[in-house]
Amino acid sequence: MSNFLNNSEIVNSSSDINGIFPRELEDEAIYILREVASQFEKPAILFSGGKDSITVVRLAEKAFYPGKIPFKLLHVDTGHNFPETIEYRDWLVNKLGLELHVRYVEDSIKQGKVKEETGKYASRNAAQTVTLLDAIEEFKFDACIGGARRDEEKARAKERIFSVRDDFGQWNAKKQRPELFDMLNGKIEIGENVRVFPISNWTELDVWNYIKEEKLRIPSIYFTHDRMVFDRDGLIWADSEFINKSEDEIPYSTKVRFRTVGDMTCTAAVASEADNLDDVISEILSAKISERGARIDDKRSEAAMEKRKQAGYF
Amino acid sequence: MDILRIATAGSVDDGKSTLIGRLLYETNSITGDKIEALEAASKRKGLNFLDLSLLTDGLIAEREQGITIDVAHIYFSTPKRKYIIADTPGHFEYTRNMVTGASNTSVSIILIDARNGVVEQTKRHFYISSMLRVKNIIVAVNKMDLVNYSQERFEEIRNDFSKLAEQVSFEGQKIEFIPISSLYGENLVKKSEETPWYEGNSLLETLEELDNQVNPISHLPARFPVQVVIRPKTEEFHDYRGYAGKIASGSFLVGDLVEALPSGQISKIKTIEKFGKNLEIAHARESVVITLENDIDISRGNMIVKVGQQPEAKKELEAKVCWLDSHALKIGKTYLLQHGINRVKAKVTSLNSMIDIKNMTLNNEPSHEGGLKLNEIGWISIKTASPIYADKYNENPTNGAFILIDEMSNSTVGVGFVE
Repeated sequence: MSNFLNNSEIVNSSSDINGIFPRELEDEAIYILREVASQFEKPAILFSGGKDSITVVRLAEKAFYPGKIPFKLLHVDTGHNFPETIEYRDWLVNKLGLELHVRYVEDSIKQGKVKEETGKYASRNAAQTVTLLDAIEEFKFDACIGGARRDEEKARAKERIFSVRDDFGQWNAKKQRPELFDMLNGKIEIGENVRVFPISNWTELDVWNYIKEEKLRIPSIYFTHDRMVFDRDGLIWADSEFINKSEDEIPYSTKVRFRTVGDMTCTAAVASEADNLDDVISEILSAKISERGARIDDKRSEAAMEKRKQAGYF
Repeated sequence: MDILRIATAGSVDDGKSTLIGRLLYETNSITGDKIEALEAASKRKGLNFLDLSLLTDGLIAEREQGITIDVAHIYFSTPKRKYIIADTPGHFEYTRNMVTGASNTSVSIILIDARNGVVEQTKRHFYISSMLRVKNIIVAVNKMDLVNYSQERFEEIRNDFSKLAEQVSFEGQKIEFIPISSLYGENLVKKSEETPWYEGNSLLETLEELDNQVNPISHLPARFPVQVVIRPKTEEFHDYRGYAGKIASGSFLVGDLVEALPSGQISKIKTIEKFGKNLEIAHARESVVITLENDIDISRGNMIVKVGQQPEAKKELEAKVCWLDSHALKIGKTYLLQHGINRVKAKVTSLNSMIDIKNMTLNNEPSHEGGLKLNEIGWISIKTASPIYADKYNENPTNGAFILIDEMSNSTVGVGFVE
């Protein structure tokens, strides 16, 4: 142990010469993904086509290069997607040669496993959980990697990196495994599964800076475009056949973009002229509304996310 | 941009959540819609001011009981750096969560209620922070408004804490004291006019100026645990064999003579890669792929180290352990010991002593029957089925810690620090 100080000459490594994005977060996420590949038999990435899952796919590409991404992709399709997202999804899958499985909420509804919501705020957001849990069982996925971040929401702030779910996919906040240093314990019984969140410690801004520095292509709806929208509860809603409008909700065309991309029934737009990443980033820096503030699904109650997570949601 | 990881710890009602809420509020990290939600929630509670603590108490039970149960992670940034706060519970029964929260941080903020002074929880938090070798301790003496911003009271608390530090602190640990009021934001972001006698910086100024050198661990012995062996077997990379992992400590240079453990085979580093890009050198905490000059036997869980800096192979070790599970540690029971990413079967052969943090006394003859219960800290001897290559925690923390997994429940039941 005598000569371990002999490397004091410091040559710049790649992490010192990058931009604003803290590269430590990338190192951490890659480490997590490599643990998933090693600790589980059948891991999958839950892919929605949103910026967070795009980031996760990029990290997986980097983690195993020059090998292939050792994960399958699973998309739970609510049937209410933005067409631009689906187009992007298929492009990415094709480009990276990935295996994609799609399971449809529509099918779960037809099978009578979940009821279609009715009324003004009808959404398939909650119904997704049923389809997701069925897909996990069908494919016997033991780990599902998601792009959820702790800065998004209060219940998510308490999530582990390896979040163990029981046979019913449920999250029990009081029984979470302690995670010490970077030691990850993914040991589970058959039937249980783990949700993995490699970008837990990233903020929305980190994701955008990463997309910019990595020059990643993202779905066009993240940038400004003309769209038919209508106003409801102080938010701008994209008009679509999936939304039940009342008579006084009259659609009009305006320039908007999306800050988060979920189901068309639960994602609000923001008025924006931003047509490039720099403008998107400066909008986020000055935004008056938080990312999930444009998520109609969270507005249902103060504990909406916590309750959905307990039921097996992401 | 660098990241400063902070753990906050305090007793119930020390105002920890309020402090964090205010840091977020005053660094403009809270968006308009969240402030509106906060206003509504504060009103529902019958308050006529913004209850900033509601920002961090996330779970339903936490809001009901007005306490923090689990570690919450909170993020904010200044133009200078990104901050990650691990907000940990103050209750004794959640000590394990505190250990968890503090395990990844370089700063601990210990909150003291100015009216109550140093209490048992203060000792516990300080002890745990020091056990984890947290280098920077900030003692925030809170609720100064309730003691009329009395310098005398502040000094009294500082003296009490300093006495404690003589027993608990380690060489190189830095301790700073700041009088604050998180309710009114005094000395949090800006220096307060209420404490003209205080010459130090505000809390945020102190954090901004903390030395956050990531690289002290780059000067430690080089340790590279192999997570994944990458063998693409494609035409382009037909014979490629890369070892992927995150450098635990030290630095590796192309050309370094290395040894693979446990095989003991020697080779030379051919390339250090990051997504196809070749690096000359890589440091601790970087995730890289290393290729070697010759094919030697290396698989997941093995460790690549530099020749001349090899760790000792240990099958019997002494460790300090904090127990994290409601089922007590059992002497003679076989657990899985996970050191970094490597798992081996291990048997605890004896419980040698325990510490009573309340009285700062050692019990050198603990009952083997009772074992080590949830939240208790003690020293154990452990025997492993195959050798592990750990350093002493005090000398090289990232290669000196392990967790114990109970194979019955698969839970992480203990954390150990190699002595």
